[in-house]
Amino acid sequence: MKVLNKITLACSALLITSTVNIASANINVFACEPEWQALAEELGGDKVTTFSATTGMQDPHQVQARPSLISKMRNADLLVCSGADLEVGWLPVLLRRASNPKIAVNKPGYFFAANHVKLLGIPKVIDRSQGDVHAAGNPHIQTSPKNIALVAKALVKRMKTIDPTNASYYQKQTDNFLQRWKVSLRKWKNQIRPFKGARFIVQHASWDYLMDFGKFKQVATIEEKPGIPPTTGHLSDLVKQFKADPADIIIHAAYQDERASKWLSKRTGIPSVTLPFTVGGDDKAKDLFSLYNNTFNLITNTLTKDK
Amino acid sequence: MKLNKITLLLCAVIGMATSNLALATQTVQKQNKTPSIKQLKQELQQLKKNYQDKITELEDRLTDIEDNNDETQGNIDQLAIDVSQQGNQKADNTFNPGIGVVLNGRYVNYKNNFKFALPGFFLGDESGPGKQGLQLGESELNLSSNIDDKFYGSATLSFGDGEANVEEAFIQTINLGHGFNIKAGRFFSDIGYLTNKHVHTDDFANRPLPYVAFLGGQYGDDGIQSTWLAPTKLYWESGAEIYRGDSFPAAGAANSGVGVWTAFTHVGGDIGVSSSWRAGLSYMHADVNGRQSPAGDLFTGTSKLTIADFIYKWSPQGNRADQEIKLQGEYLFRNEQGVFSAANNANLTDASLDRNQDGWYIQGVYRFARQWRVGVRTSRLHSDNLPNQFDNSFLDGFNHSPTQNSVMLDWSNSEFSRIRLQADKNNLNGQHDNVFTLQYIAAFGAHGAHSF
Repeated sequence: MKVLNKITLACSALLITSTVNIASANINVFACEPEWQALAEELGGDKVTTFSATTGMQDPHQVQARPSLISKMRNADLLVCSGADLEVGWLPVLLRRASNPKIAVNKPGYFFAANHVKLLGIPKVIDRSQGDVHAAGNPHIQTSPKNIALVAKALVKRMKTIDPTNASYYQKQTDNFLQRWKVSLRKWKNQIRPFKGARFIVQHASWDYLMDFGKFKQVATIEEKPGIPPTTGHLSDLVKQFKADPADIIIHAAYQDERASKWLSKRTGIPSVTLPFTVGGDDKAKDLFSLYNNTFNLITNTLTKDK
Repeated sequence: MKLNKITLLLCAVIGMATSNLALATQTVQKQNKTPSIKQLKQELQQLKKNYQDKITELEDRLTDIEDNNDETQGNIDQLAIDVSQQGNQKADNTFNPGIGVVLNGRYVNYKNNFKFALPGFFLGDESGPGKQGLQLGESELNLSSNIDDKFYGSATLSFGDGEANVEEAFIQTINLGHGFNIKAGRFFSDIGYLTNKHVHTDDFANRPLPYVAFLGGQYGDDGIQSTWLAPTKLYWESGAEIYRGDSFPAAGAANSGVGVWTAFTHVGGDIGVSSSWRAGLSYMHADVNGRQSPAGDLFTGTSKLTIADFIYKWSPQGNRADQEIKLQGEYLFRNEQGVFSAANNANLTDASLDRNQDGWYIQGVYRFARQWRVGVRTSRLHSDNLPNQFDNSFLDGFNHSPTQNSVMLDWSNSEFSRIRLQADKNNLNGQHDNVFTLQYIAAFGAHGAHSF
């Protein structure tokens, strides 16, 4: 019993110190992916501290509920994730282990970006023989910059609810961000307009929103079924198909193994390019603006050379 | 629509061009003297700039129109969805829980048709690598769901060898806050690293020797658990459990059905982006009330187990998809005190026993390609000597320290299926034996959790 008393005492002491810490902190944001960390920073300015569970070099499907994430989530005020089942393998475990009522289901601190945009790629057949399909639709919504603006508008509302004393600050930050974003959107749209209808081969079916934004055409995926590495049979079919009728470009995300893309590129002569996919996916993609600047530069440069 | 827009754009550009051209011609005529090359160049530059500005402006207008169209289209789509969902009767199965099924089967081949035994160790019922030949492994059905805003529930039934068992069935608090969690029902203990892991998530086809010897593979029982996650930057979780005390290493639900208590603490974190780790210290105190060996030997007393565990994972830039190294080890120390009665030796009745035994394993698993992993593991057990009166009894270890070395290779088609080949080199009782296991593990239904 004595030991138990001591433990209780120690616990309470720690609890008191922790409460004091939390009261003086800003909004503590736990982002599942770097693009949402970057967005929270844009909207929250110096009133937020942010953390991202993944980096631009990591496959967001494959994350584990590792100890550091449990601790971070325990102390979070706002959870910002893609949703649409992207984090289904690890987020529910983290939420249960962290036992944090501020980010419980449907609390203001529980925010899924995919709930605020129109989802594409909702599978007609939901069966795992088709690979690791996302039943809710394609969760990689950050591949279109238009979605970022939609998510920003929804996210700022949550920030204002969670930290009402700084509501006007968040709104000002957001208005400023959206203004700059609008200018950039125009720039990007004008930059890629000449390449409307360009034919893309993608490694993993994660670029639906980019295709939609640029009015590009996805003609094939290297992974025949999502989450299952490409088979040699499928690869040689692709070679046959695209030698006769070449596509314009092959793209893959920075975190993906580039060998299959490079191999196909070599065999067919179609140029292949590594895109950052999210903030931190390459040296130039330091924030949301530079992410898309670099993405569209890489695409248009490759397509121009191609012509 | 699109054609109209393009026509508009073209007309505007042509219109502008003609008017500007006319203007330019006039300027040239008015001056009627030969203008300097510099002047002409400047005018040309100005002209170009004017065109470019106008084109940009038109492009922007085009973008705006496109955006408006997209937005309108989006609103229409949303409206269609809203309308189509109105008056939808939600069926009873809307709130179905997550249902997950794990299938597991194996073929086991012993080189010498040997019988699994660890001399000197009082084993639980489900020890050992299983029968020779083809067999169904532990296949299970899991149902889980949030119950309401305060509780989460999970039930796992396991099937194997012609019987169904309630492996786990518990409720757990959610969102209790301040890092507290309470769990009640039947569940696997959080002591050590492997204890609370379901065997289908293991990296090897069988549990390491110390787990087999001291915990019967893993310890689960009816009980209550409370854990607390510290508000520190470093992961630090501590907890305590009490259990009925019916399962090995306890027996007989001592103390009116509160026969076991445990305490544990775990710390962990990341080292840069590439590595993460966890280390833990656990203690289990079991009151044993009449534990019986298959031959009928009896033990009553206390069994105290201490576990130190460590796991480290590395992947390039923290991206686990294509490459990962996992190092893991645990040390288990057990002391048992009480009275022992041998089944076949009248001289050994109610003999007082005080014995220390320990064991450890260390393993490494390397994922060298997305679908392929290879692993090695070594396990050791050791018992201290007993007084002469225990010679040739069930507890006599004959001075052997059992060892097992294992290698495995597995292939996962997707995240949901795995086929594994494993070879064990056993030296459990002074005789060598090789065991080969071919195993499949498959999961369907609800998406499994990526536990660390």
